[in-house]
Amino acid sequence: MNYLLDLQSFLPGIIVAVAGLAAIMLEAFKKSANTSFSVTIGGIAVALLFAIQSLYGEAGTAFSGMIVYGGVGAFGSVVVLLGALFCVTISREYLRDLDLHNGEVYGMILFSTTGMLGLAVSNDLITLFISLETMSICLYVLAGLMKNEKIGAESALKYFLLGAFSTGFLLYGIALIYGATAATNLTEIAAAAQPTFLFLCGTGLLFVGLFFKVAAVPFHMWTPDVYQGTPTTITAFMATAAKSATFVAFVLVLTRMLPSSEIGDWQSVLQVVAILTMIVGNLIALAQDNVKRMLAYSSIAHAGYLMVGLAAGNEAGYAGVLYYLFAYTIMNAGAFGVIAYYERNHGLDFTEIDSYAGLGFKVPVMGVMLSVFLFSLAGIPPMVGFIGKYYVFAAAVQAGLIPLAIIGVLASAASVYYYLRVMVYLYFKEAHKEYSLKTPGFLFKWTLILLAVLTVYYGVEPVLPTSSLMELISSYYTV
Amino acid sequence: MIEIDWYLALSAVLFTIGLVGVLIRRNAIVIFMCVELMLNAVNLTLISFSSYHGDVTGQILVFFSLAVAAAEAVIGLAIILAIFRNNLSVDITKVNLLRW
Repeated sequence: MNYLLDLQSFLPGIIVAVAGLAAIMLEAFKKSANTSFSVTIGGIAVALLFAIQSLYGEAGTAFSGMIVYGGVGAFGSVVVLLGALFCVTISREYLRDLDLHNGEVYGMILFSTTGMLGLAVSNDLITLFISLETMSICLYVLAGLMKNEKIGAESALKYFLLGAFSTGFLLYGIALIYGATAATNLTEIAAAAQPTFLFLCGTGLLFVGLFFKVAAVPFHMWTPDVYQGTPTTITAFMATAAKSATFVAFVLVLTRMLPSSEIGDWQSVLQVVAILTMIVGNLIALAQDNVKRMLAYSSIAHAGYLMVGLAAGNEAGYAGVLYYLFAYTIMNAGAFGVIAYYERNHGLDFTEIDSYAGLGFKVPVMGVMLSVFLFSLAGIPPMVGFIGKYYVFAAAVQAGLIPLAIIGVLASAASVYYYLRVMVYLYFKEAHKEYSLKTPGFLFKWTLILLAVLTVYYGVEPVLPTSSLMELISSYYTV
Repeated sequence: MIEIDWYLALSAVLFTIGLVGVLIRRNAIVIFMCVELMLNAVNLTLISFSSYHGDVTGQILVFFSLAVAAAEAVIGLAIILAIFRNNLSVDITKVNLLRW
């Protein structure tokens, strides 16, 4: 046993956890949220470097098979850390305006990120459970940041009660799988699994727990309420990093625990959930008048597109899901960032679509960037969202799931309506009254510009001769 | 020696009581207690299987699940307290600002 090697393979998580402790302690002893902020940025950036380094390293398992390193896990870690980094950089200005800027917020974000990193590399149901709970418990706290506002407390309560409820299912699933196979390690389970009643019930309950966390229909009811009642930049954190981590864990469970179709036809289950999620998410989003709530339903719809990749169940599908998570993290963090910018000028009710009338010309760079992010979310080329959708739907076609791909493309076409509606308000409606917008801060503005540039760059990258990201991801599944 | 089926049946019944409680009760604290009941029912399942298989992994998971339940209780009661301060009630039917 080489413990040093084990620790090294989970280095990003350890760095983030230590930075989290430092952020909390600095707040307690120095009362300086700005120091906590710097520590947070530094910790995440260093962890990100190590995670990127391990992308190109070899893959394997560590801690007696409890976690994986390299490959899928490394890519998941990179996506999670990117999401966390962008959300933290845009959080400072926004939280300052809400008068919520204190070091504990960063501590909670970092602890939550530690959980996500564990989730993205879990190779054992125990790791999966503990990481998921570390992530969720910190997110319950973050959801309740605006504890003196009624909607803040309400969103925290809803998230907490439903989250704890779903934990019960997840844990019962783990217990039944353990009972059926006498193992909690994903590969050992795969070796010992028989399609008995006990095992099928257990896997079903495990899936219910995971569906809940990724907000798949019919377990999505908490999403819009929680997303609306949470400070917008924290919502971005939940929608990008938390969702990515859970999806990577889902990919690991599907590829390592359920590699053969002899132990239950889970691909059909995923297909049904994918169809429901895409249709329900997009249809309800059409009727939303609040931009933040619209993005919440759109995030449900995007969970549906990701489910299409999982349902395809082939290498291209899993690789597509990973690419999509990267794309989704970039464009969604950006969209929530611009909304946070508009909102912090005028308070929480400034997310109604009416108040966006004529805003596009006020601070042109922000209007243009919101348009870029929304075009990307709608899946219009040459944005990264289009490439992501192309990969998952192409994988579904390759797996022979033509009807699923058709429903996905149609649902995606319907989604253009509600994204473009925001832009119509931004540019083609007269403002009811004159609003003045503050100039965005340096860090805030350049983070969003970087996100917009990445959104466009990775939209054209696959057609360039230097195309590399998808090849990198695909290499995890072809070896 | 009592057979494992009885333990499993007991924990399934407890889990169902908790589940039904979450769905029909209106008091946030009672709902939370029902969630805890569900988690403890699962712990019982884990211990029975662990003893049945002669393998300690299940019992280790129980310790983790107890720790998680304790952490959840801390956060949960704090959130319920925040709700009480805002609404002067922990009745979840009165927590209805956000819908659709």
